[in-house]
Amino acid sequence: MEVHSGIEPMIHLTLFLLFGGICVAGAVNLLAQRHPINSALSLVVVMGSLAGEYLLLGAEFVAAIQVIIYAGAIMVLFVFVIMLLNAGEEERTGGSRVALLFGVPGMLIGTVLMAWVLLERSGTQAVSMGALPGAPKTIGWLLFHDFLLPFEVTSVLVLIAIMGAVVLASHPESVQQRNKER
Amino acid sequence: MLSIETFVIVSVIKIVIALFVLLTAVAYTVWLERKVVGHIQNRWGPTRVGPFGLLQPLADGIKFLFKEDLTPPHVYKPLYIAAPMIALVCALTSISVIPVGNWVTVAGVHTPLQITDLNIGLLLILGITSMGVYGVALAGWSSNNKYSLLGGLRASAQMVSYEVSLGLSLVGVLILAGSFSLRDIVEAQGGHFWGFIPKWNIFYGGQIIAFFIYLISAYAETNRVPFDLPEAESELVAGYHTEYSAMKFAMFFMAEYANMITVACVASLLFLGGWHGPVFGPPILQAILPIFWFVLRVFGFLFVYIWVRGTLPRFRYDQLMAFGWKFLLPLAIANLVITALVVTLRS
Repeated sequence: MEVHSGIEPMIHLTLFLLFGGICVAGAVNLLAQRHPINSALSLVVVMGSLAGEYLLLGAEFVAAIQVIIYAGAIMVLFVFVIMLLNAGEEERTGGSRVALLFGVPGMLIGTVLMAWVLLERSGTQAVSMGALPGAPKTIGWLLFHDFLLPFEVTSVLVLIAIMGAVVLASHPESVQQRNKER
Repeated sequence: MLSIETFVIVSVIKIVIALFVLLTAVAYTVWLERKVVGHIQNRWGPTRVGPFGLLQPLADGIKFLFKEDLTPPHVYKPLYIAAPMIALVCALTSISVIPVGNWVTVAGVHTPLQITDLNIGLLLILGITSMGVYGVALAGWSSNNKYSLLGGLRASAQMVSYEVSLGLSLVGVLILAGSFSLRDIVEAQGGHFWGFIPKWNIFYGGQIIAFFIYLISAYAETNRVPFDLPEAESELVAGYHTEYSAMKFAMFFMAEYANMITVACVASLLFLGGWHGPVFGPPILQAILPIFWFVLRVFGFLFVYIWVRGTLPRFRYDQLMAFGWKFLLPLAIANLVITALVVTLRS
């Protein structure tokens, strides 16, 4: 597709700001909402917009995996827990008006200053649209050649987490107690 | 290459045609199901509205439009209204990466018979399927009804469990084809071996076990018999769509059948050779024949879907989950390992 090279940086900036804006709006909504289910759904929106940002960088496989795993599986489990535990709306009591009035703008200014200083010092530059290698082949190669040890260690970590979850869910002491009482 | 304006116009035309065809296909899949299940049960199915009951979907559509769309008072309104929309949007979006034929030249424009050929097309379909779980879960919860909540949770747990074996069964095909793009996967299945047997993945690729894992996982993903406990009338009133009426219910209904069609299309592309088949005659016939072969495969797959619905009883929920996690998942992993071994040893 022929695109005039003059318009491409503008499209890049517009899309970046769009996805970034949706991401930040979702994150702020997550904090501002009272009912946890609304917060969980805002987090899904954040994950989706992050996937959009990955697409802009050219990492299409990572974007797809972000949607499938994070937004489509992990967040579904979050939503399950909220539904099963019947978590009600939060109570908003005892908040300080002064803290809200000075704290939020202060945090924003502090974050912007820190980000600006870090960017100036780090020596990185803006990345053009589609700059990163996105092909699944490249990622597979990296994962199984250059980063093989971290990959295997992570899989052992996940195995330990699964075993821990099984142990926690099986309540061995209470089962033995019940059997003794019978 | 096309200019940007031509590309946009061509894409819009393709989207309109694809949506129109998909929605008509959904309506007539409902007709097909009622007729086939009727004949399996030794009765006629719809026969009165139009010849062979062919206008029945039209009558049903008009009924859904005019029915009272009532919102029960204690539901959580934003999610109650959003849930069928999420389900339908996710069901309709998958059609955008499904190719139905080769490249054609229409009015001087050379374009593939596919809305967009992403090089991660298959991952997009898996991602959209994952997002479709939200429609069901949120419908069940927002209805503020214990039967809906149980049905919604059961349905979502079932869908999430069988998504794993669905994805793993497809990885064997991906190893054989070397690409996530659906068009590349179909083109890797061209040609014949031993003279006349086509090189489909189910025969030549040895993916017959993967095909059956995919078939079973697809039945569970789309909440169809024998895995339709979430919608079982005798167990849960109507599960997650108990409190929905008229158009919102129709949206869930359409989403379920559109998911069926998408799953049938993906199976035809990945295991049954896509649009390959005898092609002959003038150029216009050469463009249309692949579409015909593709539709034939999709129709066959849908017929098996409906046949199984008319034949098998329902699984109990614990049997369903045990089957998905303890049998299908290890089998899918074994299939993946064996396929990877064979491909490595061959090359």
